[in-house]
Amino acid sequence: MEPLLDRLQGGRTMIGDGAWGTQLMERGLSAGQCPESFNLETPEALAEIAQQYLDAGAEILTTNTFGGSPLKLRDYGLDSETERVNRLAVEALRAVAGERAYISGSVGPTGKLLEPYGDTSRDEIYAAFERQIDALANAGADLICVETMIDLGEATAAIQAAKNVAPELPVVAAMTFDPTPRGFFTVMGVDIPAAVAGLLREGADVVGSNCGNGSETMVEVARGFKQCTDRPLIIQSNAGLPENRAGQVVYPETPEIMARRVEQLIELGVAIVGGCCGTTPDHIRAFRRCVNGRA
Amino acid sequence: MDLLKQLSEALQQGDHQRVAELTRQAIDQQVPAESILDDGLLAGMNVIGERFRRHEIFLPEVLMAAKAMYSGLELLKPLLIKGGIPSQGKVVIGSVQGDLHDIGKNLVGIMLTGAGFEVIDLGNDVAPERFVETAIAEEAPVIGMSALLTTTMSVMKQVVELTRERGLSERVKIIVGGAPVSAQFANEIGADAHGFDAANAVDRVKMLVGRV
Repeated sequence: MEPLLDRLQGGRTMIGDGAWGTQLMERGLSAGQCPESFNLETPEALAEIAQQYLDAGAEILTTNTFGGSPLKLRDYGLDSETERVNRLAVEALRAVAGERAYISGSVGPTGKLLEPYGDTSRDEIYAAFERQIDALANAGADLICVETMIDLGEATAAIQAAKNVAPELPVVAAMTFDPTPRGFFTVMGVDIPAAVAGLLREGADVVGSNCGNGSETMVEVARGFKQCTDRPLIIQSNAGLPENRAGQVVYPETPEIMARRVEQLIELGVAIVGGCCGTTPDHIRAFRRCVNGRA
Repeated sequence: MDLLKQLSEALQQGDHQRVAELTRQAIDQQVPAESILDDGLLAGMNVIGERFRRHEIFLPEVLMAAKAMYSGLELLKPLLIKGGIPSQGKVVIGSVQGDLHDIGKNLVGIMLTGAGFEVIDLGNDVAPERFVETAIAEEAPVIGMSALLTTTMSVMKQVVELTRERGLSERVKIIVGGAPVSAQFANEIGADAHGFDAANAVDRVKMLVGRV
């Protein structure tokens, strides 16, 4: 496979995959269940989702390991399974995609707050990421994707862990921003310039944002990133913000609505465009057409 | 500078050691516990709440200020209980069953405490029965529920229904919040209020208990 960073040099936007959590819910993930338990119990569900995203035209498939750090798995008593949870997630995707897609090892927040405002030390968070990323890399992930981060300290701990245990793998780092009257900030108060500077300083190869916003807002976030850096960007929006319709949780943005915004992201030169919560294989198919339409 | 003003400022800076020190000094100087609380600690939290609402400061600063507030509250508690000073009222809070996220819920707890409410925090992954039974046992007029997941927000409806079944709808008001929870959703499930953020949640709780 062509190294990801070489591939990104080509300048053509790559298409990632869409949501995993909402896809797993359709396959029986219930409230309170650990999403990563699917890796241990029903890897065939992972294969099915991966196949659909691959068929839709995704060039990057994300492992179902968002909560795969031992600190997060501990909430479900699964921390002793950290290696297996992460390995099986990579293997399920590789079996489907072979070399036709990059396997991106997802690393999400631990859910803990760092000292001094929280009660968890940076060393503990770093060690948790190191263990997870080591398992992802050993299983053959092609890149590490640190995502949905709100704390720069936690995000940089994950990047540092990736660079230490798997220096050969590119690292994508994405944070989640809220629009405020004073601009975009994460919950912890990180603005886009601070995110760009902090993530790049730690060695991230691709930076950007995922989750928290619908696609219209994400185009604004992408502009904010573009003003701060010429490095490759990743943008993965939700299919809008969830609405409750007659007891059903619905993400309102259709593939057509999102595809219009993907056109704008491509115009901006965003390197990787994928989807977050609520996006489906149909969304990714629509994104694919945006790229193909320009070829 | 006035001792209580210093206390308020130390709290705003998130200096918990200094807050404990100044609270102890104030107690030694026979400043009434109620004044230390209102004009020192809560005055400081009020500024923090306002600045947070204006997005001038964020979660880390609020958490540091809260840590400082609690270090002062700990020292005051024995005196406050002795004096029998009434609080703004009790509020039972928690993240709903299946939801292990507690950052937003904790923030609401901090802001409510800062506004003078007595907060009974049930933690996360709280079963519907526990919300209702605690509200009954503690005679709390408000239950506040948080959910961060679309998979868990439906649990909120069960709590609303449970309070109705037990004939508590008049006595116990329900407020809900969390990233996926909208005002429309709150309305649909029959909750009494929706807090779109922590500061707003405090305003709504005040309305629910008739304090504003």
